[in-house]
Amino acid sequence: MSTASVANHDTSAHDHHDHEHHGNFVTTYLFTTDHKMIGKQFLISGIFWALIGGLLSILFRLQLGFPDMSLEFLRPILGGWLDDAGHLDPTFYLALVTMHGTIMVFFVLTAGLSGTFSNYLIPLQIGARDMASGFMNMLSFWFFFMAGVLMFISLFIPTGPAAGGWVVYPPLSALEQAIPGSGLGMTLWLTSMTLFIASQLLGGINYITTVINLRTKGMSFSRLPLTIWAFFLTAVIGLLSFPVLVAAALLLIFDRSFGTSFYLSDIYINGEALPNTGGSPVLYQHLFWFLGHPEVYIVLLPALGITSEVIATNSRKPIFGYKAMIISMLGITILSFIVWAHHMFVSGMNPFLGSIFMFLTLIIAVPSAVKVFNYLTTLWRGNLIFTPAMLFSIGLVSFFISGGLTGIFLGNSAIDIQLHDTYFVVAHFHLVMGSASFFGLLAGIYHWFPKMFGRMMDEKLGYIHFWLTFVGVYMVFFPMHYIGIAGFPRRYYSWTNFDFANMYTDLNMFVSAAAIITFAAQFIFLFNFFYSMYRGRKASLNPWRSTTLEWTTPLYPGHGNWPGEIPTVYRWPYDYSKPGAEEDFIPQTVPLSATPESNLPHEQEQVKLEMEIMKDEEEGLVANESKH
Amino acid sequence: MYGFLIGVGVLLLLSIIWMVYRIQTLVSVVKGSDKKIATGSNKVNAILFILFMLGTGFLMFWYSIKEFDTYQLPIASEHGVVTDRLFWITMAVTGIVFLITHVLLFIFPYKYQYKEDRKASFYPDNNKLEIIWTAVPGVVLALLVISGWMAWSDITAPAPEKAHVVEIMGSQFQWDVRYPGKDNVLGDYDYRLTSATNAHGIDFTDKNSMDDFPSPVVVIPKGEPVLFKIRARDVLHSVFSPHMRLKMDAVPGMPTRFWFVPTKTTAEMREETGNPDFQYEIACTEICGRGHFSMRKIIEVVEPGEYQKWYAEQKSFIQMNPALAEGTQAETKELAENN
Repeated sequence: MSTASVANHDTSAHDHHDHEHHGNFVTTYLFTTDHKMIGKQFLISGIFWALIGGLLSILFRLQLGFPDMSLEFLRPILGGWLDDAGHLDPTFYLALVTMHGTIMVFFVLTAGLSGTFSNYLIPLQIGARDMASGFMNMLSFWFFFMAGVLMFISLFIPTGPAAGGWVVYPPLSALEQAIPGSGLGMTLWLTSMTLFIASQLLGGINYITTVINLRTKGMSFSRLPLTIWAFFLTAVIGLLSFPVLVAAALLLIFDRSFGTSFYLSDIYINGEALPNTGGSPVLYQHLFWFLGHPEVYIVLLPALGITSEVIATNSRKPIFGYKAMIISMLGITILSFIVWAHHMFVSGMNPFLGSIFMFLTLIIAVPSAVKVFNYLTTLWRGNLIFTPAMLFSIGLVSFFISGGLTGIFLGNSAIDIQLHDTYFVVAHFHLVMGSASFFGLLAGIYHWFPKMFGRMMDEKLGYIHFWLTFVGVYMVFFPMHYIGIAGFPRRYYSWTNFDFANMYTDLNMFVSAAAIITFAAQFIFLFNFFYSMYRGRKASLNPWRSTTLEWTTPLYPGHGNWPGEIPTVYRWPYDYSKPGAEEDFIPQTVPLSATPESNLPHEQEQVKLEMEIMKDEEEGLVANESKH
Repeated sequence: MYGFLIGVGVLLLLSIIWMVYRIQTLVSVVKGSDKKIATGSNKVNAILFILFMLGTGFLMFWYSIKEFDTYQLPIASEHGVVTDRLFWITMAVTGIVFLITHVLLFIFPYKYQYKEDRKASFYPDNNKLEIIWTAVPGVVLALLVISGWMAWSDITAPAPEKAHVVEIMGSQFQWDVRYPGKDNVLGDYDYRLTSATNAHGIDFTDKNSMDDFPSPVVVIPKGEPVLFKIRARDVLHSVFSPHMRLKMDAVPGMPTRFWFVPTKTTAEMREETGNPDFQYEIACTEICGRGHFSMRKIIEVVEPGEYQKWYAEQKSFIQMNPALAEGTQAETKELAENN
């Protein structure tokens, strides 16, 4: 076998060598079809958008925490959106909230997370040369890029960007008379989102096809790393739910521009009765949340996948309950489609529907709980190495618990009556979906940085970044639970109009200060990221001593990933600290027959089968060689 | 000048941080710790997890207990007692889970931090455990859901026949209130009849509307069922009365409803809270535009006798503006129907 594969190795290495020379700046960095570069493109754009989204949140946190402060020093950026006293315009406040949500949910946590890691890791971890369609993959990025350009432009138009909340419920989002942001800003929002969805579908089809068809020899579904399972299921969810958002958006476009009445009915605004009758705003809510809820899992599953990988590697232990993890992810995938109306308990829909969705919603808490218990058991009796990636993964589990538990309150329609659209909801989803996924993204960057750029990020800076962010996130979002229980409504420019909410100025100030510090801490990461890219310590081939395939590629893998033959996989990806084995990890490429000392009884059985296959192959290869 | 000084200060600070960073990198290279699997930082991080747990845990308990009366609003409706009880039961159940899982999550890193001479135990699965921690949360959640469902069914059941009806209409950016008058039946409305003098779009050709009357505040009797008929004139709004534990969206084109029984008059609440200016309030909780944060309406809960008296004294729309009942209105209606 060895001679044959070496020979094969040489020929294909030559092919790739030739191929590499054709690249110039445009084909290597811009219109590239290499999944690794596309992943990096998504990553850099994601970081850019995270900064914009974070900055917007700081602006409105300044208003909420320090309502009397003059923001005159921001006039160069905000211009006419400040009044004479230097306070934010209330309409622009709503625009900030809307854009913060849209950018964070779609551009950062969907494109930045799935886009980066699905692209980067799927071929590397399943042993493929590239995505099934490199061209579609490239299109996926550039559709996303165009979506971003439109959204960015909308921030600067005179009427302001969309301002109806990230859910853009009509009639507010359909009527320019209702809020200026529903004019050109909303048109740009809808166009941008349509392009974005096209990008997601192109990407999703690719991820699914690649995982199903391009796995290397031996890489059965039961040997896929959990990251790949997560990316795969995420793509399935996206493929099934994003088109529904297109439908919702399309009908909204019709209502806005062509006089239809899908969502509009009985409206008298600005001294004028509109002709629309018979539409239903609740229809839009159903369509929106049919994507909107699965979107939560589109954002969260990849983060959970990354965490599974990082926690197993750095605990030097197999992930506990590999099959249970897959089953719970499958459960979440299916259930995510039938819980959407729990966002609408008090929308005026039939209360009987509310009961049904309450039952379905609380079922989805079970697989989530199973995942948490499995993470905890993985840590138990491990040999834990706290790389920055590991710290962020533990942080993720903490957020997932904290935010997940408050979901049990909100999923209960009786309790939701009081909590709906208060800061309790804000606290809930920022922890469970926002911060948890964001930590997954960061864990992924810290963990795979050596593979992406061939260098290490500085660990100490990573630690400082983690602790500031971890403490900071809790200081921002934990107090919001109290504010929410007290009944403070969301999307309020100020609460002083109401007696019941005319308090907690101190707590809001504290939250805002914590938000600013947390945001500032991200610059430590930015420095670490860009500095290490060029000046970081050179990485070794397998710096985390991990078992998965991506660490068998060269330090700077070319287009095609492996210079020679694609490695064959002989075992599952979590053989850490196996009893009897000399090292505390056995890569997936090591045959069972080579490790008789550590094989489990059932694996000993498989050895025979494996030997036979290897023998067959060898004969095949020799026959091939002789033909040449 | 200040700007310049601040700039210099920031520059200095950044260069100091930069120097420290470079020095620690060089030191770690010299010490060879960059080659080690786990450095001293491993222990520091493990300890920090424990400190984090103790610190934030203390903060949480301290603040939750100290501020309880601030964030726990007094309850003023019958169903509010039920939903709040559910809330606190759920809080107890999830609180226990929260504490146990977090204690484990932060103690494990300390206890099982990397030691060169130890090997992690190879423990890939245990089906019994998986079944236990699927079934137990399943059962607990089922209990929570069933109690929630029973409360929800009661709250959303049809209002009792004798409920006092109040219509609340949201528009940018105010609430308008209409009472059905002596007949206890609200007159028809059509949004096309809306005008400066007829904000509700009431159809005054309908005889039920003759005794309908407006009110600047929502007045309701204590201890008797009240039905809010909720609608919106332009965009979505949402009626939220925090003390009543009441929330329902106002949807243009689709009237909604919420009934409840208030249990404390405004005067009683003033005594209970010790705040002589206490008012029950309605706020808007569905984003509706620029003035979303200012849609305030006051609810006044009074004794039933007082309520009857107040109700009888009110002047109807027609009494206040007789022009509404005259032919002008019929013409507009005709116009509207021809549209």
